[in-house]
Amino acid sequence: MTLVSIIFAGILTYFTRMTMVALISRDMLGDKIKAILEYVPSAVFPAIIFPGIFINDYGTFIEMNDPKIFGALVAVIVGYFSKNIIATILAGLVSYWFLIFVIFS
Amino acid sequence: MLSKKQLFTRGMLDISPHMLSVIPFGIICGAIGVELGFNPYLVYAMSFIIFGGASQIVFLQLLSGGASSLVAVTSVGIINSRHLLYGAVLSEYLEKLSFIKKLLISYVIVDQGFAESNKFFKKNKSEEYLHYHLIGTGCTMWVCWQIATLSGIILGSFLPEELGLKFAIPLTFIAIVVQDLKKIDHVIVMITCGLSSLLFFDAPFKSYIIISPVIALFVASLLLRLKK
Repeated sequence: MTLVSIIFAGILTYFTRMTMVALISRDMLGDKIKAILEYVPSAVFPAIIFPGIFINDYGTFIEMNDPKIFGALVAVIVGYFSKNIIATILAGLVSYWFLIFVIFS
Repeated sequence: MLSKKQLFTRGMLDISPHMLSVIPFGIICGAIGVELGFNPYLVYAMSFIIFGGASQIVFLQLLSGGASSLVAVTSVGIINSRHLLYGAVLSEYLEKLSFIKKLLISYVIVDQGFAESNKFFKKNKSEEYLHYHLIGTGCTMWVCWQIATLSGIILGSFLPEELGLKFAIPLTFIAIVVQDLKKIDHVIVMITCGLSSLLFFDAPFKSYIIISPVIALFVASLLLRLKK
């Protein structure tokens, strides 16, 4: 790993952040595009969520009884009703730890 | 009308719950780098130069697995291309800023900051110094990320791997999108994205992270057409 490749990765990342804010005028985006962009969070974050739950460190699918599925379900239910970020994350982690350290140990 | 300081503070407060997952994630990110045998200074340099958690871990994994620098850099670019979408959404609120300010503020646009600031912007469109909220979320995130990755590099192997703290990452993003489960169109878009990400998980350069949002946004555009 050289510093040069990190710098290239950094510049590339900075451009992904800066291009639409500073280089491209918003007027180039029509109302239709803006309406579609409303869906961006729902269209991006599941690509981080699903593999984080269903795919293990070795890049293969987990079993259906994996504790992560249970933890994620608890997080969804707690998050939906509590509307609280800390409660959501803690509920997921604690139920996951309960399964791996108490039940499956 | 809120002052710059009030908006900055509000941004800090709005993003602070996310630190519960960002700090463990940063610690893991630093620790993984050292465990994979990389120079600690270079592992830290990534947090400053790239400043993007998931992409930093993928970068480390790819290089330690023998991938070429070109593949690793391309992969970082693809993973972080989601920022283009964030920028497009945020530009509506940042267009009055000078070019230099736009260049500076862009450095601190991150997932969690985008989610919280965008939520705030939608509700407070009339505020004059709106961008200070984004600076607040971004700077909080930046400082915590630097401290967390540094601690991870120092802690190194002390952190028990059995805790499975990496699981906090999907949980964080569940917390962000869970309220949108109330809207059926959003649910369809989320499921499309999630299933595509699993289907294309083995696509080269970890490109599932951009392929699946593109498919999901295409579905969203179809849904919009149906709505009319």
